[in-house]
Amino acid sequence: MDETLLLARAQFGLNIAFHILFPSLTIALGWFLLYFRVRYERTREAAWLDTYRLWTKVFALSFAMGVVSGIVMSFQFGTNWPGFMNRVGNIAGPLLAYEVLTAFFLEATFLGVMLFGMNRVPGWLHILSSAMVAIGTTLSAFWILALVSWMHTPAGQVTVDGHLIAGDWLEVLFNPSFPVRFAHMLLASGLTAAFVIAGLSAWRLLKAPADAGALRTLRAGTLVAAVLAPLQIVVGDLHGLNTLEHQPAKIAAIEAIWRTERGAPLLLFALPNEAERRNDFAVGIPGGASLVLRHDANAELQGLDAFEPDRPPVAPLFFAFRAMVGIGVGMLALSWFGAWRLRRGAAAPRWLLWIYSGFTFSGWIAVLTGWLVTEVGRQPWLVTGILRTADAAGPASGAELGASLTGYLLTYSLMLLAYMVTITHLARRGTEA
Amino acid sequence: MTLDLPVVFAALMGVAVLAYVVLDGYDLGVGMLMPGATAAEQDVMVASIGPFWDANETWLVLGVGLLLVAFPKANAVVLAALYLPVTAMLVGLMLRGVAFELRAKAEGWHAELWNWLFWAGSFLASFAQGYMLGHYITGFEKGFGYFLFSLVTGAALCGGYVLLGATWLIGRTEGELQAKALGWARWGLAWVALGVALVSAATPLVSETVRLRWFDYPRTLALLVLPLGCAAAWLWIWRATGRLQRRESRREWAPFAGAVVIFVVSFAGLAYSLFPYLVIDRITIWDAASHPSALKIMLIGALLVLPFLVGYTVFAYRVFRGKAKAGLYDH
Repeated sequence: MDETLLLARAQFGLNIAFHILFPSLTIALGWFLLYFRVRYERTREAAWLDTYRLWTKVFALSFAMGVVSGIVMSFQFGTNWPGFMNRVGNIAGPLLAYEVLTAFFLEATFLGVMLFGMNRVPGWLHILSSAMVAIGTTLSAFWILALVSWMHTPAGQVTVDGHLIAGDWLEVLFNPSFPVRFAHMLLASGLTAAFVIAGLSAWRLLKAPADAGALRTLRAGTLVAAVLAPLQIVVGDLHGLNTLEHQPAKIAAIEAIWRTERGAPLLLFALPNEAERRNDFAVGIPGGASLVLRHDANAELQGLDAFEPDRPPVAPLFFAFRAMVGIGVGMLALSWFGAWRLRRGAAAPRWLLWIYSGFTFSGWIAVLTGWLVTEVGRQPWLVTGILRTADAAGPASGAELGASLTGYLLTYSLMLLAYMVTITHLARRGTEA
Repeated sequence: MTLDLPVVFAALMGVAVLAYVVLDGYDLGVGMLMPGATAAEQDVMVASIGPFWDANETWLVLGVGLLLVAFPKANAVVLAALYLPVTAMLVGLMLRGVAFELRAKAEGWHAELWNWLFWAGSFLASFAQGYMLGHYITGFEKGFGYFLFSLVTGAALCGGYVLLGATWLIGRTEGELQAKALGWARWGLAWVALGVALVSAATPLVSETVRLRWFDYPRTLALLVLPLGCAAAWLWIWRATGRLQRRESRREWAPFAGAVVIFVVSFAGLAYSLFPYLVIDRITIWDAASHPSALKIMLIGALLVLPFLVGYTVFAYRVFRGKAKAGLYDH
């Protein structure tokens, strides 16, 4: 791979990884806010209003981060991957256009009313505005997940006079991997938001153990996570089976199966060795991978040798997948234990609050490693079977890419640092401010 | 009758870019005016644009999005040629976007830092946009003269945004801050006069295509409408701000309306200079357009959604009509 392509990928990867942090939080946080707002309208308790106001601040900041990094993305499609639009623009273009038209304006406009209009519009209209923001963020996820799923499992396209166009838009939208990927992402967002809320509430409780509002949001986050975590494990398994059917090379890389074999082991640890095409220091459960993926310990699984040379790199997928699953299991354990420990309004012990605080941004790590598995796992394709990543790169020179990459890195580091300091600070002050 | 879809999309894109320039123009302008105000006034200024800036920037996404999805071949050429100024603009927009949120939440010297970044980001984004405009209308020619020309357009657009921002503040604020805004508007007017004159004079000199378009008697006579309209709007703002300063009039939105007219007229002139080129002398809208099937499905979406978009945008501006007050979430 030449250096310019690597830089273009690094830059886009950096940008998209930075961007996804904020939507993955705001998609679900919008619905949490709507719940807090409706509870206030029903009960007229000032505590619900305070809770709503506090988390609205977190939402506003996260949303702004998502908007500005999203603007960058809209430019980088063109600057970094002009070949993408040239080849599949007739399909990707309308999906992106519908996202902007139906989702972006909706959420951005009603966000203004939601943040600043509480005393200017009647209660029902303010609730409606909060609902529009939540709907907008979810709608935006719908379009973008439809596009990215289509890139993984293209369907519904036809070639007319050398142009790739959509033959059936419903098939394009509801391509084979879309339903399960969309569900996986929405649940991931739910878990991310639940742990941010629970973690920051715990952080507040460490400072002000008597804060009833923080205890309430800690419980709310815990209960939502306790429901979503097992669901996510089921959906994640379905997603894996879907990938096995449509992108078997990705599964072979995740499980580090170098050669097609029967009764493939489920590796708990190994160092995949690309040069020798084998695993060093492998520790695994015999027949485990076959059992999980084929529901039969003796079933045959295709190895990477069946796909050479069009296969993804093994090590990043192998490790990122295990990190994601590990965090998922941790989330399940913490949310179930927490739900049991906090039942009937019991206060949380300090050691548990510290664990919650440590889990505050765990959703982010799971989201990043999950997307890394899915996107790197599609390589060397940008659109499976249709367009190679190398053929989509733009003419920007290494120097230009290097300069802009440096600029983005500095800006993002500053922004992320400021963001995390600010929201932990906001949480620490709680609803007093 | 068959619809010429590339023309329709060029028009849609023009509307999106014009809407962006006017809407984000006023909030970028307010950002650039921050150093001239006291801390209390700065809070009012930020509150005056708070409910709107997110949606304003969405027009940029729509504009560049339409270029990307409707004219992908031009998008690749334009964005490759503007790579570094685009990066500078994006960094500027990002800094001011987060600074907007953080300046109210931070304390002590942090708040000062974010205030400064809000100003710097607004200025960097505005200047980069003007620079790109200059580079774009000269067909991305390289050379010191062209570079100088782009610097001038960069400064001129900053002046234009300052005018929009100041006239916006005249409508949205009162008392001492409004008096200051009246002064800023007149100062911005001077910049705009200089900028528009320089750019109008220089563009025909640097581009033969543009020269032939404009200096073609008798068409030139009809085209005089544009510079005359611009001059009339300029005089109108000068008079309106003067009358407001002397308290002879209460029409506080007149200067902003005039500033919008200047932008619309300048944009019309620019569109006339370029059409049907997306990259001057090189790529027309028909060369660059996507497949008709893709354009059709997007047009349907746009026609279905635009009435709602206009509807709730008007709703949001109605909710926040009147004078802005400081205090971010609790007024």
